Amino acid sequence: MERKEWPLWEVFVRSRNGLDHKHCGSVHAPDAKLALQVARDVYTRRQEGVSIWVVPADHIVASDPDAKPELFDPAEDKIYRHPTFYQLPDEVNHM
Amino acid sequence: MTRQTNSPEHIEYVLRLGDNALILGQRMSEWCGHAPVLEEDMALANMSLDLIGQARMLLTHAGKLEGSGRDEDQLAFLRTEPNYRNLTICELPNADFGRTMMRNFLFASFQVLLWERLTASADGELAAIAAKSLKEARYHAQHAGDWVIRLGDGTAESHARTQGALDYLWTYTAEFFAATPGDDAVAAAGVGPAWSSLEAAWEAAVVPVLHEAMLTVPARTPFRSYGKFGRHSEHLGHLLAEMQILQRTYPGAQW
Repeated sequence: MERKEWPLWEVFVRSRNGLDHKHCGSVHAPDAKLALQVARDVYTRRQEGVSIWVVPADHIVASDPDAKPELFDPAEDKIYRHPTFYQLPDEVNHM
Repeated sequence: MTRQTNSPEHIEYVLRLGDNALILGQRMSEWCGHAPVLEEDMALANMSLDLIGQARMLLTHAGKLEGSGRDEDQLAFLRTEPNYRNLTICELPNADFGRTMMRNFLFASFQVLLWERLTASADGELAAIAAKSLKEARYHAQHAGDWVIRLGDGTAESHARTQGALDYLWTYTAEFFAATPGDDAVAAAGVGPAWSSLEAAWEAAVVPVLHEAMLTVPARTPFRSYGKFGRHSEHLGHLLAEMQILQRTYPGAQW
């Protein structure tokens, strides 16, 4: 008999109102509705969240790990891109 | 504060609720480590623990109403078979995943109706337990209902098994609504509804889901089970033997 794996879903949980959804893991489930339910059962048993997103794992487009040098290394010596060199007027200095 | 009646019927009513949760919680926990996938293993264990949590509150409350010093552990672990008041359906073996889901769906849908009404109970403690348990039961009914639909409307194999589960379990659901001698007293005291009054609402909740699952709702037969009266199937004794062995071997053991 053919045994097919259920599709994989990536799970994102918002831990509190006002915070972002954060990736916390993945689940296998046959469809979107059950993916939400099993994500609830697997990842929010200890009150970890107030909202869940699930995304089919194959809908996530990821950068190529082998492309790290050309993607990320060039930013290494561009320290001027950090907004820490500006002298702010006193009135707005707590921005 | 609402004055509690503490009548034998009242105690029996709370005991029935507590034993349903205890016995189904124990039965379903057998899935732990054995479910078809990790995700459902967690879900079933979570739901078992929801039920055992309900049982703890209800049995503690029943012990207090009784007033003879029995606590939740004594009620859970030191009674004999005929003293349990759970519905027979709760003690039946899990069989396959399909039958487990069908039982959960039929039973949790019934629990939802009970908890909804019991949130207005004249017994304040029972009303508070109902408010907490209602959220859990709604999730159980939702989860199991979604599975019933997917299995019933799935492959030829899953459909056949799910229909078989429904045919087998349906006969035991008549017990939900069987009248008991204490019904009128408990309803008159405002403790809780007679279970017999919930049949139409229960059918209205479960039948559309069964139809969506492409299942045929069986006709009622003369078969009756009597677990809630203390007359159980052959399966309860085995379940109790496993559940009680520790407290009976090491009385008062704590950990």
